Amino acid sequence: MSALLEVSGVTVSFDGFRAINNLTFQIGEAELRAVIGPNGAGKTTFMDIVTGKTRPDEGHILWGEKSTSLLGLSEAQIAREGIGRKFQKPTVFEEQTIRENLLMALKNARGPLAVLFYRPTRPDLDRVENLAAQISLDDALDRLAGELSHGQKQWLEIGMLLAQEPRLLLVDEPAAGMTKIEREKTTAILVEAAKTRAVVVVEHDMEFVQRLNCKVTVLHEGSVLAEGSLDHVTKNQDVIDVYLGR
Amino acid sequence: MERSFIARNPSVLIFISILALFTIGVTVLSEGFGIGVISTSFVKTLGKTLCLCLIAIAMDLIWGYAGILSLGHFAFFGLGGYMVGMWLMYERTRQIVETSLAETALPPTPKEISTAIGNQIFGVVGSSEFPVIWAFADSLAIQLALVVLVPGLLALIFGWLAFRSRVTGVYLSILTQAMTLGLSLYLFQNASGLRGNNGLSGLQNLPGVEAPQSVVSVWMFWISALALGLAYLLVAWLVSGKFGSVIRGIRDSEARVRFLGYSVEHYKLAVFTLTACIAGIGGALYYPQAGIINPAEIAPIASIYLAVWVAIGGRGRLYGAVIGAAFVSLASSWLTGGQAPDINLGFYTIKWVDWWLVLLGLSFVLVTLFAPKGIGGLFDLATHNTKPEGKK
Repeated sequence: MSALLEVSGVTVSFDGFRAINNLTFQIGEAELRAVIGPNGAGKTTFMDIVTGKTRPDEGHILWGEKSTSLLGLSEAQIAREGIGRKFQKPTVFEEQTIRENLLMALKNARGPLAVLFYRPTRPDLDRVENLAAQISLDDALDRLAGELSHGQKQWLEIGMLLAQEPRLLLVDEPAAGMTKIEREKTTAILVEAAKTRAVVVVEHDMEFVQRLNCKVTVLHEGSVLAEGSLDHVTKNQDVIDVYLGR
Repeated sequence: MERSFIARNPSVLIFISILALFTIGVTVLSEGFGIGVISTSFVKTLGKTLCLCLIAIAMDLIWGYAGILSLGHFAFFGLGGYMVGMWLMYERTRQIVETSLAETALPPTPKEISTAIGNQIFGVVGSSEFPVIWAFADSLAIQLALVVLVPGLLALIFGWLAFRSRVTGVYLSILTQAMTLGLSLYLFQNASGLRGNNGLSGLQNLPGVEAPQSVVSVWMFWISALALGLAYLLVAWLVSGKFGSVIRGIRDSEARVRFLGYSVEHYKLAVFTLTACIAGIGGALYYPQAGIINPAEIAPIASIYLAVWVAIGGRGRLYGAVIGAAFVSLASSWLTGGQAPDINLGFYTIKWVDWWLVLLGLSFVLVTLFAPKGIGGLFDLATHNTKPEGKK
């Protein structure tokens, strides 16, 4: 099976500090993956590189069947290639309604002219309602996103990502600041999403990772320390050293 | 299911109605077409105010909606004025020169006519040669096209350089200030070809028009009102749909829009260029009513005032920008024009000419602190509408 995303030998330095060091990472279609690691392990930088926010000094990032290189593309182009990204802090358009937020994210032409003359079609509006139902916001479509609770904003952002119909979803700490019930719901949304696309979840919370029940990649000092099931990596002596301190 | 955008934005219809009533009112009261209650110079002041409202709408689109605080839009306004001013000045001078030369015994050659016109226009800067940029000054159609094209092209080039390098926030504001300052300083030079600090004058006289100023002023008022109405409709439509959603998204969370797959730079460039074109049209209508344009008009402070008007009126809602521009610029011309009576406190006399700037600064601070939505926000209180304009 060929990988959907293939990161190989990627290195990034900031003022001499190697945030990412010869990182190699692969993910296939319809796979759920958790990326864990202590603070400063390079988890967020890894996402920045894949989504085009940070340019690596060395290495390759190949995407899809045609093995397109993502290195020369802008953030917007990479997003249009089918990579969606959720920020750590919930980032939605607070002064607009849930419906407007989702409509903006729907997979449609993105150019200024096309958008200028765009009018929502029946299928688009139906799709928005479906998505809203998926994230339990179907009775709040006309409310402003700013009025939502923290957890609901996180879901709305995930909903917007799903609306983009990405083939790969990068999710940064989705459970941060959520109640227990909200976390369970979030887990369910992500697991469901991973049935039809690849999902990479960066998370601190081990309990949450356990509930995702998927392959885990442990990052440390910018490279992969261990990879496998959660049980497997938590028994790894290197991982124990990193997490508990030597 | 989908209502028209007018139905979704009742304020658009209200605004257009008020503008139409205002236009009829001014016409009926004018010297040229009505009972003469309003002087010709006040008709001109009102017409100029409409042009300032027009650029305020452009400012609201770029700042209030797209979140880009441009402090250089008066450069585009001034360029629009210069473009139309070139034709007005050339054509009128040509008619005067041809009339006076017609009385000579030998018919003048085209070369002699050209030199005579050049002398008339460029004598003040010690030249009689037409600079290259006056190549199309004899064509009204081309100069009118340039009213939109020149500001648009400048905005396109400046915006492309700035947005491509991801210059945002206060840095962009400073760059736009530098742009308008640079243009102003350039135009101050006699070698700029636009008569240096003399600027272009006599613009109130429309070539080939015999009608008195009392009539011409009302014509210009009508055109200004029409332009304002059309621009209001265009911008209101623009921000009512998904395009409006995207640019407001850029204002509130640029990174989110980018990672949704929108090329943020293209949108910024489109809005910047469009607003520059609107500003150019505003200037092209303003200066024939003012009669004169010179480089001081596009000094950096002018564009800062523009931002203050929109802030006081209420940004992010088009009628707010219009109210702010109309209210503040009319108050300004009243208080600094010498008509407002000084207030004698016995120990001190308040002269409005001196105190106007203090008053303006104070109201800016007060609005920012206590009424961030500006004067336009008062309408929310009246209608209990808490959503900004552009909502469905």
